[in-house]
Amino acid sequence: MTQVESFHHALKFKYDLCIGCSHCTGVCPTGAIHVEEGKPILDSNRCIDCGRCYLACPVSAIYIEQDDFQTIYNYKFPILLLPSIFSAQFPERINQRAILSAIYHLGFKYVYEVEKSIDVLKDAMIHAITDDNKEKPVISTYCPAIVRLIQVKFPSLVNNLLLVKPPLDLTSLYIKKAFIEQGIAEEDIGIFYVSPCAAKIAAIKSPVGDKKSHINGVINMNFFYNKVFRIIKQGIYELRKEESDFDSLSRNNLLWSLTEGEINLLPEGRNLAIDEVHNVSDFLEKIENEDITDIDFLELRACDESCAGGILCPGNRFLIAERQKKRAKKSNHRVSKKENELLKYKDYLLDHIGVGKVLPRSMDKLDDDISVAMRKMKKSFELNSYLPQVDCRICGYQTCKDLSDAIANNQADLKQCIFIQRILEQTDKLTQAEAIKINKQIWGDKKFDKNTLKGMNLE
Amino acid sequence: MDFEYQIEGGDFTNAGATSSAVKKILKQLGVNPEIIKRTVVALYEAEVNIVAHAYRGSIIVNLEDHKISIKLIDEGPGIEDIEKAMEQGYSTASQKVREMGFGAGMGFSNMKTNTDSLIVNSSPGIGTTVEIINYF
Repeated sequence: MTQVESFHHALKFKYDLCIGCSHCTGVCPTGAIHVEEGKPILDSNRCIDCGRCYLACPVSAIYIEQDDFQTIYNYKFPILLLPSIFSAQFPERINQRAILSAIYHLGFKYVYEVEKSIDVLKDAMIHAITDDNKEKPVISTYCPAIVRLIQVKFPSLVNNLLLVKPPLDLTSLYIKKAFIEQGIAEEDIGIFYVSPCAAKIAAIKSPVGDKKSHINGVINMNFFYNKVFRIIKQGIYELRKEESDFDSLSRNNLLWSLTEGEINLLPEGRNLAIDEVHNVSDFLEKIENEDITDIDFLELRACDESCAGGILCPGNRFLIAERQKKRAKKSNHRVSKKENELLKYKDYLLDHIGVGKVLPRSMDKLDDDISVAMRKMKKSFELNSYLPQVDCRICGYQTCKDLSDAIANNQADLKQCIFIQRILEQTDKLTQAEAIKINKQIWGDKKFDKNTLKGMNLE
Repeated sequence: MDFEYQIEGGDFTNAGATSSAVKKILKQLGVNPEIIKRTVVALYEAEVNIVAHAYRGSIIVNLEDHKISIKLIDEGPGIEDIEKAMEQGYSTASQKVREMGFGAGMGFSNMKTNTDSLIVNSSPGIGTTVEIINYF
């Protein structure tokens, strides 16, 4: 089972570029990163691939893994699966036809927008929400970073998760089925997804509550944007005439990935949309306490402005959302449009829409044995009472509390605290040389090299 | 292991702070999520009772390997008839307050269903003591 193993992560560190500033440590919503020898260490069980660290890194030392673009040429039918917000990344003067033509120029045979399947998904969602046996509030599983956040930080809420496939999986399921029915061999079909975030990539590589994905490869949106933009700028593509697939999404489909996109599809009820991972955490805290009750549905997204704020989106999130809304408005006006051929497969998709149970994987616990955990906690509380509560991260941990937990787990030492060091130095219990040695172990030799300031006028 | 928290009567903005703190502790101890939920819901109910009815109170949490016991001691008006107060739907709230959605009389019965042991003692005019025990 994938859930017992540690999570697959799309976020990786480039240690050669890392300057050991610990900004990533500071912003992590699950406290998954600490610093040793000047380098970030990721707790693989805590990381939810939300990508706050990727945005905070000042030297781009965090990257998001993707598949080699060249692999699209390994398939007879390379098919592109595009989130509809992709075209909203481009400035207004670049029209959809040009974008699509450039994509075909790159070698894709077919292009589909992910949100095609929302008409099917919507019915399953409403069905689940109106099911009296389902624990309330029903929590959307659309954002994979949120699913992981719940597994890790709010394990008691896993039964509230809506166990249906996200649009990406449904649309790829449809594509596979439709192509195979046309007599195309499965091995000739290569479905490539352009991802706006790390979490969706991680979810494809190790799906939560589901066995395998139909996606053959993942391309980062910023990488793909550059590729497409270059072709448009160079004008080397052939402008296609036929009506593009881009037009066939309805207003609701287009608005789906923006904040309130899900709740706008639902019948009357108490449905809330919350975006940005810290906001979500705060709210779930209250839900877990039953401090907030009688909510029917929660649409939760890890990024501010939802997918328009995806960490791999090259554009500004507010402009992306604005463009997307404009497109949605236009789409509403055009009444007769190409029929959504995916709907012919509605029954097939509904038969396959369910996903397996999502298991809790609480990473807060100090030990598997409760009496050991209690001993460690006692120690941690005591240690924490000596710490300054500055949360300065000089010890390498996000907070004073995290340091005291790490010490209780025998993973760190109280002398890592710079305040404790100063106190011990005053009573001759620690020499300056010892203190510097400790600091070098946390931050690396370079940051404490006395030759660094050579030639600098210190007067 | 013991923890102590202080509660101010009338301070609704902070009602729930103790429940949140206790929840964090239970999560770190790796207690079953279902038991955490039950404990937190019962504690929250009891905590809000102090905020709503008493002048002030303290919450003492004792943790052992196999159980959590929480004592909530308040200085307040106390409860005249505990047996009645424990009945589902019983409330001292006026009709007007009930119309506003408060005082539905579910407090104690909600606590009862979420605890393995619930003991309530009260001296009218002095205060109330509630003891909650849940086993892991």
